[in-house]
Amino acid sequence: MSAASSAVTAAPPGAWRRRLFAAAPYILLTPGLIWLLYFFVWPAVQMVLMAVSSGTLTTGFKPTGTLKPLTDALGKFPTQWSNSLLYGGISTTLDFLIGFPVAYAIAFRGGRYKNLLLFLVIAPFFTSFLIRTISWKILLGDEGPILGVLKSLGILPVDYSVLYSPVAVISGLTYNFLPFMILPLYVALEKIDKSVLEAASDLYANRWHTFRRVTFPLALPGVFGGTILTFIPTMGDYVNAELLGSPKTRMIGNVIQGRFLQSTDYPVAAALSVVLMAGILIAVLIYARALGTEDLTG
Amino acid sequence: MATAEAQRAVPARGERSVPSRRRSIGRQVGRWALPVFTAVAIGYLLIPIVVMIIFSFNDYEGKFNFIWHGFTLKAWSQPLAWPGLPDAIRISLTIAAVSTLGSTILGTMIGLALTRYRFRGRGVINGLIFLPMASPEIVLGASLLTMFINIGLGTGITPPGLGLLPKGSFSLGFTTILIAHIMFNISYVVVTVKARISGFDRRLEEAAMDLGANEWTTFWKVTFPLIFPGILAAALLAFSLSIDDFVITNFVSGTTNTFPIWVYGVIRNALPAQINVIGSFIFLVAVGGVAISTLVGGRSPRLAR
Repeated sequence: MSAASSAVTAAPPGAWRRRLFAAAPYILLTPGLIWLLYFFVWPAVQMVLMAVSSGTLTTGFKPTGTLKPLTDALGKFPTQWSNSLLYGGISTTLDFLIGFPVAYAIAFRGGRYKNLLLFLVIAPFFTSFLIRTISWKILLGDEGPILGVLKSLGILPVDYSVLYSPVAVISGLTYNFLPFMILPLYVALEKIDKSVLEAASDLYANRWHTFRRVTFPLALPGVFGGTILTFIPTMGDYVNAELLGSPKTRMIGNVIQGRFLQSTDYPVAAALSVVLMAGILIAVLIYARALGTEDLTG
Repeated sequence: MATAEAQRAVPARGERSVPSRRRSIGRQVGRWALPVFTAVAIGYLLIPIVVMIIFSFNDYEGKFNFIWHGFTLKAWSQPLAWPGLPDAIRISLTIAAVSTLGSTILGTMIGLALTRYRFRGRGVINGLIFLPMASPEIVLGASLLTMFINIGLGTGITPPGLGLLPKGSFSLGFTTILIAHIMFNISYVVVTVKARISGFDRRLEEAAMDLGANEWTTFWKVTFPLIFPGILAAALLAFSLSIDDFVITNFVSGTTNTFPIWVYGVIRNALPAQINVIGSFIFLVAVGGVAISTLVGGRSPRLAR
């Protein structure tokens, strides 16, 4: 606002000009917000309506007037829901266990290689998500670079196989979303004032205590950011389960995708999406409260 | 590794005080374990990329490029030799370019409004920007598809004004992909541009105004050049998100193929090395772009601040 007021002293503007500058924020906001309202909010509302409807493409879709489709969506696909939760939970945990030490090392020990290391962490983003997953399929193949070598060394039995198992799906998910875990953790750790850590050791805290009582609590915003940025896409993913898994490893994303794009069973697909989204929002809110980082989500 | 730790820990054994011994062992473990762990983890992140590049030179047998058979430049000499691939790349590039332009303009405007003005409803708008990024892509794609289906069937409630467009404007294809890409890119542009503007010294603008420049001149001569690196970074991010998107595009693409959609379709029946070639090429161009922008950006920060 100070810019506008100094303009007034520089050259007294006409009334239309003052009004134009008062309206400036709204003029700047309107086109983008209309886009989001039309193509994000409005579709979401339509999907919620579709989720409580019934019908087919030929008969049309009519609201049922009950919430039964939503509870059905939750109850009808127990295997896929539990696969999603299990695979999403395990890969998020693994990403945290791998990502935290890496982020810590880059933030505190990176030295002049900090930028190079960060670049290597985001390097996977410079290739296509699909191609990375295909590479993973090559890697995990029965005669691939890993299993082939281990088998020829006699460490693994010849008929041992990883591809198309839950392990393959989890390793693909863990791999694909690891950078989303490392980056927020790094940002949070990097922000920590090193003199605070020195103060802790001056006060006779050993390294473990310094880490547990000072470093880790200060890194909590990054822990929060990293885990939700990893958990949300893994829960909704279907590409890894499709390319690396089998019909037994189907996740809820596979069901949503199949019902929408193959069997055109839109109401059920929409109901599953709504339940997924609602579940994620509730989980994020509970998690934010548990970590005490509510003000960091905005 | 373990022997190195043991050897280094030996001198500490002679010391009398237990805590200091424990501390130095811990220090040794920390000194070696962390860098080794980090190197392994980064290796894990890079392995699939290495595999992608190596297998682009594979002289594979049959239709599937899964098992190494020997070196060849066959795929690199004919990078587009697969039905549908040239079209898919052309469509991907067009959509990425147009959606980058659109989302960068819309997102930069929102970013400017949010950082420079106080007005009612900022919290709501911040939430609206944050939500698309916090939603799983599958939900974004599914809800857009629902709306496009409804518009096509004439059911549901069409957003005001869209009904005036000719029938079939929203039949699945190029237009709907473009709409989706601009939508999911806006939030990323806003966040990137906001981060740049928040470190901005407002006194520079005040100085320009004190020297007699009006708001318009001040914006284009002072503000815009200063936030331009942020806008450029946002545009690069938008371009890379658009060209790589599969999940949302798959919902709204109909029969139109972008490069990722084409890959997904083709790998059911074959795995041509051309996929690896295009992937490697995109990777090398992106890495080159980052290297150049780091070299150029390395000179400008002093000017920008």
